Amino acid sequence: MLLIPCPWCGDRDETEFHYGGQAGVSYPARPADLSDEDWGEYLFVRDNPKGPLAERWSHSAGCRRWFSITRNTATNEIVR
Amino acid sequence: MRLPEGGRIDRTKPLRFTVDGIEYTGCAGDTLASAMIANGLLEVAPSAYLGRPRGIFAAGVDEPNALVQLDDPMQLATTTELVDGLEATLLSGKGKLTGEADEARYDKRNVHCDVLVVGGGPAGVAAALAAGRTGARVILADEQRELGGGLLTENRLLDWLADAVEELDALPETRILTGTTAFGYYDQNFVALAEKHRLWHVRAKRVVLATGAHERPLVFVDNDLPGIMLSSAVRQYVNRYAALPGENIVVATTNDAAYGTAFDLATRISTIVDSRPEPPAGLVQQARELGIEVLAGAQVQQALGTRRIGGVRVGDRTIACDLLAVSGGWNPAVHLFSQSQGRTRYDERVAAFVPDTSVQAQHIVGAANAVYDLAGCLREGFDAGLDAARLTGFDGAQPQAPYTATETVAPPAPVWFVDGPEDRQFVDLQRDATVADVRRATGAGMRSVEHVKRYTTIGTAHDQGKTSGFAAIGVIAQLLGADGPQGTTTYRPPYTPVSFALLAGRDRGELHDPVRMTPMHEWHVRNGAVFENVGQWKRPWYYPLPGEDMKTAVLRECRAARTSVAVMDASTLGKIDIQGPDAGEFLNRMYTNAFAKLKVGHCRYGLLCKADGMVFDDGVVMRVAENRFLATTTTGNAAAVLDWFEEWAQTEWPDLKVWFTSVTEQWATIAVVGPQARTVLSIVAPDVDCSAESFEFMTFRDVALADGTPARIARVSFSGELAFEINVAGRHGAEVWKAVMATGLPTPYGTETMHVLRAEKGYVIVGQDTDGTVTPQDLGMEWIVSPRKDFVGKRSYQRPDAARPDRKQLVGLLPVDPDDLLPEGAQLITPDTPLTPPVPMLGHVTSSYHSAALERTFALALVKGGRQLIGRTVLAPLRDRTIAATVTEPIFYDPEGTRRDG
Repeated sequence: MLLIPCPWCGDRDETEFHYGGQAGVSYPARPADLSDEDWGEYLFVRDNPKGPLAERWSHSAGCRRWFSITRNTATNEIVR
Repeated sequence: MRLPEGGRIDRTKPLRFTVDGIEYTGCAGDTLASAMIANGLLEVAPSAYLGRPRGIFAAGVDEPNALVQLDDPMQLATTTELVDGLEATLLSGKGKLTGEADEARYDKRNVHCDVLVVGGGPAGVAAALAAGRTGARVILADEQRELGGGLLTENRLLDWLADAVEELDALPETRILTGTTAFGYYDQNFVALAEKHRLWHVRAKRVVLATGAHERPLVFVDNDLPGIMLSSAVRQYVNRYAALPGENIVVATTNDAAYGTAFDLATRISTIVDSRPEPPAGLVQQARELGIEVLAGAQVQQALGTRRIGGVRVGDRTIACDLLAVSGGWNPAVHLFSQSQGRTRYDERVAAFVPDTSVQAQHIVGAANAVYDLAGCLREGFDAGLDAARLTGFDGAQPQAPYTATETVAPPAPVWFVDGPEDRQFVDLQRDATVADVRRATGAGMRSVEHVKRYTTIGTAHDQGKTSGFAAIGVIAQLLGADGPQGTTTYRPPYTPVSFALLAGRDRGELHDPVRMTPMHEWHVRNGAVFENVGQWKRPWYYPLPGEDMKTAVLRECRAARTSVAVMDASTLGKIDIQGPDAGEFLNRMYTNAFAKLKVGHCRYGLLCKADGMVFDDGVVMRVAENRFLATTTTGNAAAVLDWFEEWAQTEWPDLKVWFTSVTEQWATIAVVGPQARTVLSIVAPDVDCSAESFEFMTFRDVALADGTPARIARVSFSGELAFEINVAGRHGAEVWKAVMATGLPTPYGTETMHVLRAEKGYVIVGQDTDGTVTPQDLGMEWIVSPRKDFVGKRSYQRPDAARPDRKQLVGLLPVDPDDLLPEGAQLITPDTPLTPPVPMLGHVTSSYHSAALERTFALALVKGGRQLIGRTVLAPLRDRTIAATVTEPIFYDPEGTRRDG
């Protein structure tokens, strides 16, 4: 059970959160201008490191704030 | 036999118990195993696979043999506290479920603390003392009934221990949990503790692991005979329980620790067989003074005897004995440490895997850290306890350690197995797995202990390899000629078995999951509704009249909706209040169709897709005011849609001024459906002109009902019939529902009828007719995808994949036999497809019903290139028959839409 630091509410149990995948993958400004390949990249391709990964979480059962943390996928260590 | 004095048992409190129906007497303070030994009962049930005689082997959670059936199946005699009247049945490897529910009450507690100390031996008690004195919130948990750990086995520092326990008891912020096993160590210092009837979830700022070490067995020929016992277990039975397992004892060891056992039992020990060519001179000297022979550089090759050990063969010699105390070295109990992601390394010096690097906020001390001298254990405990407290913001002085003699622990000389028949050298007593089995595994090419474990089943029984794991690792290393042990199997929770009843606690039966009920729930119950679960909601499924089955009831409800009037409780639909000057723009970006220009007072059906273009949810959106919308979602998806809105608003478009609030519970909704809906409205809301001209389709108005209750009435339809949705504040839901029913006109209907009515119209249910791989175009809903504005996912429709001609498309199906009902989920094939696997599938049935209006069955299906197949026949091959059906447009009833105005 991860202990996740919500920027509003502080440390809370993982069960209060909703996972949002890798952080920093922005929605393209003009999707229509993208090639099929680039759009496919945006939709489907994410990093899958063994180690630190910036990821998004939502405190869905609390304040509903979306935020980013960096979590080590090998150890689950969380660095804000 | 019971020794006349000593031990920590209470001889004034005799306890009667039975084993396999025979009565014995023990004492308060005994375990079942110690009481059995005190009664001369060493042999337990034969082994599970080979039927070989087995005896009590250990004194704690590492016991491989002494399984008993109590009220609970498969308990260990060595960890069962003796109580008066205990009835035990010996078990060969497997327990029996009683078949009765466990009616005991189990509880859960969630607690936070500054320092959690796991293990109440000398290191753990020292750590708790050091941390507790600083005022930090400390929890000390130990699996045993009494604190002390190895001190109780070795009869050392008992006065210090008594004082320490008294002091810990008195510390206001320190909690001692005995008889409580830390069985799972999860992320960020979340540790699960099992007390008999209570499950503790502990979140600790720092954890001190003082989990001790497990003694290893020795592997030699017939090493499974009753009367062979771990040396520390022998010492514990004698010193702690005054229970003597043998009179004429040989000790076989690879390390120093077994000498302690020998010295404590000096007069009954004949020989120490030490694998080391040069055991520490001091120990040898002390043994000889006690009249014990020491055979250095020697090994027990074979145990002699049939039902109980009668002697051992050491080289050419045979030495008679009735008990062999073995010590194959020590494994630090790194189970919890490893669960917490800590890494171990093999340490040649102690011939064991020892803690190396930690990931979590923790300390590991004492024997768990391969420190085997008492002074060292105490020092590490005090240091770690104080450190842990300091790191959580407390401070105190270094406690004064009690005096202990200086000990030097000499290196061990491990022996993995011996020359001799390998199929009688047991590695895992529970699985009857031998060196021969391991050799078969390595001979088959396996190198990793994980593979050997799965091939041989070694370490998979109830103790999960506490005695056998390292024996296997050593045997593998020797068989492969490797340079020492190569790694352990993965340690996973639970450390010791935990009952499901404890894990469930009170979350059983109706408390298993929260139940959501609408304000009208009681009426539904009183009027005979059969309910279905939709997420956590209880929704009326149908309302059978006396004597009606489901099919008859649903057909009747459908007829009422199509020919007169019927009502449904639609309160469970998710509702999200959306406010802000950019609310319209936000909805434009989210929904496939446009909302920015929707007029106040109007509603629009909307479809939500994910960025991949697949249908995610749908619902009606009302514009309540210029800057305010109310969106409905499907019942099961309400939370997901809210998360989705929040995600885009917060992370992609923080510049948009728009905010969301869930108002699902704030509204009760009654759908009034059918050609006579206006008659009901004219009674319930007499001031509302609900003529088709005045009250247009897809509009709503805020009104007062006959009794003055404020209501929002919307003209929306999920059935194709004339329909009104009456929305009132949740607290008015029950009375307004009753007022609607009091008109005497409507038939109540449930979700099944709702499904039939909408399917007749070809309206999809997201999540039933879609599955996350379906685009609006696949559903034949191109009309809802705006060509003029951008929205999330729009780009995906230009992907080549979205234009594949063999995409599954929504079509209707009419079974050739109008009484044949296609099962939902049935796979479809073309008529010329041979039924030899693998059968290429064309698609599957998503919805299927009997229709009152059509007087026949019909279905919706997702079919590859389905729209090209309209008019053709497809087959649904079932287990015992095949149903043929004609592919049709996915709309069966009133395709012109003439009925919605009534």
